[in-house]
Amino acid sequence: MKKAIPLKNKLSLRDLNLMGSPYYVVLFFLILIPLILILFYAFSERVNDLFISFSFNYFRQFLNEPAFIKTMLDSIKLAIYTTLVTLFIGYPTAYLITKSNKKTQTLLILMITAPMWVNMLLRTLAWKQIFEMLNASLLGTDIAIITGMVYVFLPFMVLPIYTVLSKIDPKLYEAADDLGANKFQTFLKVTLPLSITGVLSGITMVLLPAATTLVIPKYLGKNRYLIGNLIEDRFLTAGNWGYGSAIAIILSLVIMAMVIFTKKLDRNKGAKE
Amino acid sequence: MKSLKNWISKSYIGIILAFCYAPIFSLIIFSFNENKSLTNWGGFSLKWYEKLFDSTDIMTAVIMTIVIAVLATLISVFIGTLAAISLSKSKKVFKDVMLGVNNVPIVNPEIVTAVGLLLLFVSFQIDRGYTTMLLAHVAFCTPYVVITVYPKVKSLDPNLAEAANDLGATPVQALWLVVFPQIKVAIFAAAAIAFTMSFDDFVISYFTAGSATNISIYLYTLRRGVEPTINALSTIIIVIIGVVVTYRYLKSNQNNEQEIE
Repeated sequence: MKKAIPLKNKLSLRDLNLMGSPYYVVLFFLILIPLILILFYAFSERVNDLFISFSFNYFRQFLNEPAFIKTMLDSIKLAIYTTLVTLFIGYPTAYLITKSNKKTQTLLILMITAPMWVNMLLRTLAWKQIFEMLNASLLGTDIAIITGMVYVFLPFMVLPIYTVLSKIDPKLYEAADDLGANKFQTFLKVTLPLSITGVLSGITMVLLPAATTLVIPKYLGKNRYLIGNLIEDRFLTAGNWGYGSAIAIILSLVIMAMVIFTKKLDRNKGAKE
Repeated sequence: MKSLKNWISKSYIGIILAFCYAPIFSLIIFSFNENKSLTNWGGFSLKWYEKLFDSTDIMTAVIMTIVIAVLATLISVFIGTLAAISLSKSKKVFKDVMLGVNNVPIVNPEIVTAVGLLLLFVSFQIDRGYTTMLLAHVAFCTPYVVITVYPKVKSLDPNLAEAANDLGATPVQALWLVVFPQIKVAIFAAAAIAFTMSFDDFVISYFTAGSATNISIYLYTLRRGVEPTINALSTIIIVIIGVVVTYRYLKSNQNNEQEIE
């Protein structure tokens, strides 16, 4: 009926809301409900076939389990080392790339990101191969795991830093030069502060997956047990949904705290300037 | 002094690139190895390529990976783009809530998303297989589509769509002829992200696929260790990616030159 009159033929607000509805279904069923289920499983306990009661048991259980805490700290430690190494080799890489001409920049960025398109498991297996060739006794050590993680996550550090650095107005460098700053001072006073946003997003983009990877400890750590593997075990081997969910919640909270902490650093920086 | 500096910076980038490509070269070289060993060279041979194409397990996994990636990309781009357009016109509160939920899988560790989806399928007694894997991929790709397309939609001039309506275009025509061409670039970018993420995903597939396999699951669950057939497979993937990347690089150069002209 409505369509017979051209003037009423507008994209009304209601039509637009309907357009989004398949997505709202996805959001609700595939994102929100799973999240609620994790909470539900973590905080409940089966009393008998019919009744389920609220409980903190799973949380209590693993706080009493030193192995769990150790695994958690171990994962975080390795993730932090990885993040620091990627930062220390990734920052100069991004910086030097911005110093080359435009055409070379595009090529170099493509070359750094291209390996990301090869399956992550294959890249990790390739490192296993290399370690076996060079020095097999390194497999299973922190060095092997960190090398693998640095390799896999390096582009996540280089890209955001490069993006920020390449957007800095060249006039700022000229101004610093005119005001008598040497190269090092310019870097310290102009480049570094302006690139902090990129550095921080690089840090979160590396820290997050590095703390939870399943694949790298399995191949390069000779089945070293990290938090990801712990969750995998609880869910897929032991079928202990509640305990696994509780670990997932703790992990989410820790990661969230780390992300908020890094974001805070950025805000303080902004407030000072 | 300047040439020394130049030399240092070139060798630094050289070392980084060597680091990036060493494992890839090692994969390629040992895919042509006569020996079964992944570390000892025993002469040139193509036998692992033959074995690769003979292995139905691997081929099924490869095909499944591609099929799922294509479907997940199409579905997530379609619903994500419509959602982005719709959200740009919704009320602020609604929009904020939706974009907030949208961010959950982006900021949450992948393994937590995976666990949540596993619980969903188990709780509702849905048998895990290719369908659940596809649903899971749609679930983690769509949020990236929305955050890629939404800013572009938001920056559009709303008058244009209205003008099209005033000129008698149906809503579908207005969308297709006026809105879509303006956000095309963002949609393609979103499709590239979705495809790459789905193609490369391991953790979420592993938790949601049940007995179904894609390439990552196949590799992870190999019991007898890795064979050079896997190197052969990766070499083929690397060659394809190499061609695509080179093509894109050459094309972007062309575009730049056109812009300068």
